[in-house]
Order: sequence, then structure tokens, then C-alpha cells
Amino acid sequence: MQLFLSQLMNGLGNGVIYASLALAIVLIYRTTGLLNFAQGEMALFSTYVTWKLVDDSEMGLPVAAAIGISMVIAFVGGALIERVVIRPVERSSPLVIVIVTIGMFLAINSIAQAIFGTDTKQLPSVFSDAAWVVGGVRVTAQTVGLVGVLAAECLLLWLLLQKTRVGLGLRAVASNPDSSRLVGIGTGNMLMLGWAISAALGALAGAMIVPMTPGLSAGSMQAVLIYAFAAAALGGFDSPLGAVVGGIIVGVAQALAIQYVDPLNDIELVVPFALIGGVLLFRPTGLFGRRVVERV
Amino acid sequence: MTLLSVTALAGGYGPVKVLHGLDFEVAHGEIVVILGANGAGKTTTLRALSGMIPSDGEIVFDGEDVTGRKPQVLARRGVAHVPQGRGTIDELTVEENLRVGAWTRRDSDVAADVDRWFEVFPHLADRRTQQAGSMSGGEQQMLAIARGLMSRPRLLLLDEPSLGLAPIITQELFAQLGDLNRELDTAMLIVEQNAGLALRLASRGYVLETGRIVAQGAATELEGNEDVRRAYLGL
Amino acid sequence: MKSGPGARRALLIRGATTIAVVGVLCWLPQQYGPTETTLYAEALFIAVAAMGLNLLTGYNGQVSIGHGAFFGLGAYATGILMLDHGWPFLATLPVAAVLAAVVGAAVGFPALRVKGLYLALITLGLAALFPALVNKFVKSTGGTSLVQLYRVRPKPPEWASSFAAAEDQWRYYVTLVVAGVLFALMVNLVRGRFGRALVAVREHEAAAETLGINLARVKVSAFAISALYAGVAGSLAALVRLQANAGQIEVFQQSIIFLVAVVIGGTATTLGPVVGAFVVVLLQDHTADLIKDEPTLSPALFGITLILLMYVLPDGLVGGCRRLFRRIRGRMHAGSATDSAPT
Repeated sequence: MQLFLSQLMNGLGNGVIYASLALAIVLIYRTTGLLNFAQGEMALFSTYVTWKLVDDSEMGLPVAAAIGISMVIAFVGGALIERVVIRPVERSSPLVIVIVTIGMFLAINSIAQAIFGTDTKQLPSVFSDAAWVVGGVRVTAQTVGLVGVLAAECLLLWLLLQKTRVGLGLRAVASNPDSSRLVGIGTGNMLMLGWAISAALGALAGAMIVPMTPGLSAGSMQAVLIYAFAAAALGGFDSPLGAVVGGIIVGVAQALAIQYVDPLNDIELVVPFALIGGVLLFRPTGLFGRRVVERV
Repeated sequence: MTLLSVTALAGGYGPVKVLHGLDFEVAHGEIVVILGANGAGKTTTLRALSGMIPSDGEIVFDGEDVTGRKPQVLARRGVAHVPQGRGTIDELTVEENLRVGAWTRRDSDVAADVDRWFEVFPHLADRRTQQAGSMSGGEQQMLAIARGLMSRPRLLLLDEPSLGLAPIITQELFAQLGDLNRELDTAMLIVEQNAGLALRLASRGYVLETGRIVAQGAATELEGNEDVRRAYLGL
Repeated sequence: MKSGPGARRALLIRGATTIAVVGVLCWLPQQYGPTETTLYAEALFIAVAAMGLNLLTGYNGQVSIGHGAFFGLGAYATGILMLDHGWPFLATLPVAAVLAAVVGAAVGFPALRVKGLYLALITLGLAALFPALVNKFVKSTGGTSLVQLYRVRPKPPEWASSFAAAEDQWRYYVTLVVAGVLFALMVNLVRGRFGRALVAVREHEAAAETLGINLARVKVSAFAISALYAGVAGSLAALVRLQANAGQIEVFQQSIIFLVAVVIGGTATTLGPVVGAFVVVLLQDHTADLIKDEPTLSPALFGITLILLMYVLPDGLVGGCRRLFRRIRGRMHAGSATDSAPT
């Protein structure tokens, strides 16, 4: 039982990480109807910025402050990317946009390496390394902190989308761009805002993810991105709540599978995709999704 | 006083030209109807007016040349376009659809206006928190019109408002439109298949055929015109 | 249908172009050294995989970003059969093809329920899963999952010594012949009943069904055939590269390269994937050369070029040329009064 609970905690810790990147994916999908393959690499770049702000001898900022600053930089960067890179192909076929985000994926990854170097960096966690034993199960401050950050993130997103004028505009544009323009919403600005927020969320996710991995390097985000996609698909691409639940399910299922199903060792990737396959057979829109997704 | 004045309006979709030089106008507070068969270019005319498609010619709204402006700019100037079918924003609730209709307004009467349209369309009030996409076609049509009116437009462009509505509801809707016009002095440009009903509501009308205006005049005049009666009134 | 002198001229132009292209492809290894010849062979097998993916994504509208897995399957089938069982290369080709087609059909069945984005995701899972499976289950000579074929590489036969004396030349010509045969088959396939069924399903599933098209059969067949092409491509890759390998990043990147070749060349065109494959391979090679001091930046250059290409030619190179050709012909027709055939 204790083993089960501690695996559950492990899974939760990983799941929250997948969920945090999945949220960024869902946000862009909700506002623009696009799947951004460069999401992980945008987060990677922002995390390098965070690392630089912490590591640089002159700046040497505390981690939390560095994350805040890099989120702001990512916000601006995301808006710029939408305006400069995505805007010219906004009305092209989905496949063309997929190729453009793939181009971005390659470009951002290699530019990050050229600027920050190819060696592995260490980014300290924003949380202390304290741990408590509750009912025989080890609970780390890291996991608690991650859950807290994700919960706060979800709450803020929900407030933004459901309770503000801008949120209303974002949702309107996502659902029906033509009608939104007819009521006077500047759709371009909304798309830009969606990318900006999503990039900032990615920056936060990156800074949460890296301290739990062996270090920050060019490939840091790619495996996580696959799990995040899985989480988003499982929950439904248009549902932030779905992204969180999907992320946690993927993380927990993976941890339990590794522990209890011996043949799955080293191929635990089977788990999220078996889950997706299973869910989609019964609910083609994901667990919480509403729209049937036809576009790529 | 002329509110909208259109000269030599031409346009279409890419290489396909649908409109071949239209001249027409709408006065302040006037209801004008555009009649025509399917494919005559009625919807295209409205889309060109609200900036949804690129167009040539000259569109002057309230003394300002607005040719080629974006839809959101025209919305801010006071043009509300209720497109044909599916004009609602499916994933927003009924109430949110109305609130988003007032996007261009900065005054504090929005909540009062929402209540007002709920009074006018009690069907909608019952479904306040329901997603617009989950309602019937007729209810969505009413919602789309109410949303158009939420911006307190000076010119309302209505594309086939009766489409998909039961005859009794259509009658009710047209009665409401007449009331609104008298009360708020909202000018309306209506594209409609139901020519009889539309001509009774409108003061003037234009007849469109393959992208050209082939007849125009006072509504009563058009109603009496033999060709119009045969072609559009089924008499 | 058109007839008369115009059609005959078009046929002549097409015939002449075909002969010229085949001529150039045959001549390449005579002109260039081993490095370039291998590079062109690489473009050829990527073209094969892209042709298959084009059938699925371009004609049938099912997007896959996981064809690197089928490609890898073909490569490993050939690699293991050659190295551990001593098979000659050509004998491994049908095995690789059938294996990939069977797995492709197996993936195509669940794909019937899943569309667009979700399908892309499932195939992404395939690309992610394949390397993990290989690393777990394939233990080749040397104990790793890397299969080295250098020891068992095929030698050019006696009769080919006049034009393919060197091994790289021989491997190139083998690849060229296989690619040529598969290209001809593909052209026949998409121009026939099956091709029309694919497009009908892509455009409107319900309408296609009312025309008596069996949706499931068409979609699963498209998946299986495209997987077969990717499998054969992988098999050829094992021959050209003399190894089979499946790193997680490589399989994903390979899948992406196929998709890029299809879109860059022009989706749902017969020639597009071939053109796209050559452009992608040469582009990658040249961008790698361009910045000598900063090799880390070459993917950036490649990525940015991709984006720019999409701005300029959203319908791909072949689509763009076709548009240009039509415009020129339109102008010529407008210019001469006698040649104003109705369109």
C-alpha cells in the first residue's frame, strides 16, 4: 500500500509537469485552433533565459524573480512570433501552418544552443528540498509546490477566460472568428494575446520541469512535449481542465505501470498512447473536449 | 439624410466576380430590403458592406468613406451585420453572446440592454446560461439578431433573418423589427427570401439579378410590380 | 477531355521532361563522387517515403507525423535479415514492405475513429514508441540496437561494372530502380479509381459513402500502402547508410522530414514528393555547409528556409509552378485571338 501511495506521489509530480506544458498547448489551440509543435522549444528558450538570469555572475537573481522576468520576456516573444511568423500564413491550410511551427521548432532549438552553448546546465528549483513523511509516504516540498503552482495557474486562467472582457473576446475568436470580427473584436490582437499568454505559461512550465530532470539541454523539452501532447489529447484539446486531468492521469498511469507491469519497463511511453487510443475510441473529443477536432 | 451611400460596388471571391457595380443607399432610420434569387449576390453585397470580403467602388457611411475597411472598424462605426445562419458564437452562453455583442460599447448600460433583449425574446431568457450552439436554429437566429442590436447599431445588416424559422415566429420577428426601428431609429438593410413580409416592413427595395440592380422603388410600388410579383412573391 | 494539337504538344512536353529527368538521375553518379552520390541516393529513398505519405496525407487527408516508425521498421527488417540471417538485400525488400504494410493496416484501423489533430497525435505516439521498442527488444551483434551492415554490404555485380563499378554507385542505382518502379505504380494508383476514392473521402466522407465507397477499406488501404512505401524506403536507407538505427529524436525527425518533403513539393501532386525530397535533402546539406564556425545554427537556417518557402509557395513547388504555368498560358491565350479555346 505504501509503495502504491509513493508511486502515486511520483506520478502526480510528473503528471503536474506534463499538465503545465499541456495547458500552454491547450491555450494556443483554444484561441487559434492550431497545434504548436514549437511549444516545447519556446519553453526551452525561456528556460535558458531563466537559467542565464540566475547563473550570470552579475545578475545572479533569485530563481523566482528570474522566472517572473523570463515569463514577461516570453510573453512579448510569443506576441512577436504570432505577429511576425504566424500571421502571414494565418489563412493558409493547416498543413502549411504545421510546417511553419516545425520550422520554428528547428530554428528556436538551434538558436538556443548557439546562444547558450551545448553543455548541460543546472537550474535550481524554486522550491526547497524539504520532505515530510505522511502516513509512511514521502511527500516532497517539490511536489507540493508544483501542485500549488499548477492550481494557481488554473485558477488565474479560469478567471481570465471566464470573468474578464479580454477572456470573453479570446473565447469568442476561438469559437467563431467571423462573427467575432463582425461585433468589432480585433481578432488579430486576440490571436497575438493567446500566443503571448501561452508562451509565458511555457516559460513557467520549463522552469518547473528542468529541476526535476538531469539538467537543461537541447533535448530537455522533447520527451516532455510528447507527454504533454498526450495529456492534451486525453483531456480534449480545447479544455484547460482536461489538460490538467489528462496530465495527471498520464503521469500516474505511467508511474504505476512501471512499478507493477514488468514488461513495460523502458517502454512506458506505451501507457499514455494506449490511454489516448482507448479514450478516443469512446469519446473522439477527449475526456473534456467539446469540439470534434478536424483541423491539424 | 443619407446614412449609407454605395456607388459602383463590385466584388466577389478571388477571381470570381459576383457584384458588377451596384448603386444604392439607405437613409437614417430607414428599412430597405434587397430581393433576388439564390446566387444573385445578396449575401455578397452584405459581406462587402461589412468588410468581410474585399470590394471595389465606394462605400460612404455617415459621411465617411469606409471602402475596404476591416469588419471590426465598421462595427465600431455602428454597422452590425447578422450573417446568414450560424451567426452565433457557439461556445459562449446565450448571455455571453449578448455581452460580446456590446464589445464596441464602453458605457454602463450594457447589463440593462441585455435584460431588455431578454424581455423582447423571452425564449432566450430561459436559456441564459446555455451554450448558444446547443439551441435550435430559430433560437440561434433570434440570438444573433439580438446580439447585433446589442451594439446599438445605426445600421443593421440582416441576412435572411427568417431562414429556418417557423412562419409564426418569422411574423413575430418582423413585428419586433418594426417596433425596434420605430423606437430606436435603427436603419436596416434586409436581405430576404420572404419578399411579401419584407416589403411590408420596408419602405423601399432593390431587386438584384446576377450582381446587378434591375429594379428599385418604394416597397408598395415593388409589391405591385408584375415582374416582382411573379418572380419573388409567387403570385 | 482535350484533343488535337494542344494535347499532343502537352504529351510531347511531358515525354521529353520525363526522359530528361530520368537521364539526369542516371547520370548523377557518373558525374559526382561518393559523398554526393550517397546524398542523392538519400534523396531518392526519402522521395519513396514521401510518395507514400502523400497518398495518405495529400490525397486522403489523413495526417501522419509517425511514418518514421514504418521507415525504421523497414530498415530493421532489412538490417537484421542481412546481418543475422545472411539474406541478400533484394530478398529483404518484400519482407520489409509486407511487414510495414501489415503494421500500417493495424494502425489504420483505430485511425478510422480518429481524425485530424488526434490522428496526428496517435501517429506521433507511434514515432515515440518505436525507438523504445527497438532499444528494448533488438539486440544485434555487439549488444546494442544499432545494426551495422558494413560487413555484409552488397558488392556491385560483374555485369554492372561499366556504369556502377563503385559500391556507392551500385547502391544508388538499386535505389533509383526501386524508386522508379514505386513512382510508376503510385502514378497509376492515384490516377485510377482508387485515387478518386481517396480524394472523395478526403473532401466529404458522408458524400463519398453515398457513392458506394467503402470508407473503412479506402482509409485502411491508404494507411497500409503508405506504410509499405515508408517501409521500402527504410529498407533502401539501410542499404545506402549501411546501418539501421532508431534514436528517439531521429525517428521523430525522419517523420517530420517526410511531411516537409510532401508539403514543400506540393500535396496531392504526383511529382511533388520527389521534388520535395530532393529540395529538403539538398537544403539540409547546404545549410549545414553554409555556417562553418557554428554547426549548431544549421538547423536554424533550415527551419527558417522552410518557413520562408511556406510564405512564398504555400501550395508547394509543384503547385506553385503549375500556377505560374497556368498564368503564362492564360496570358498567351488572351494574347492570340485564333488560339482562344474555351476552358
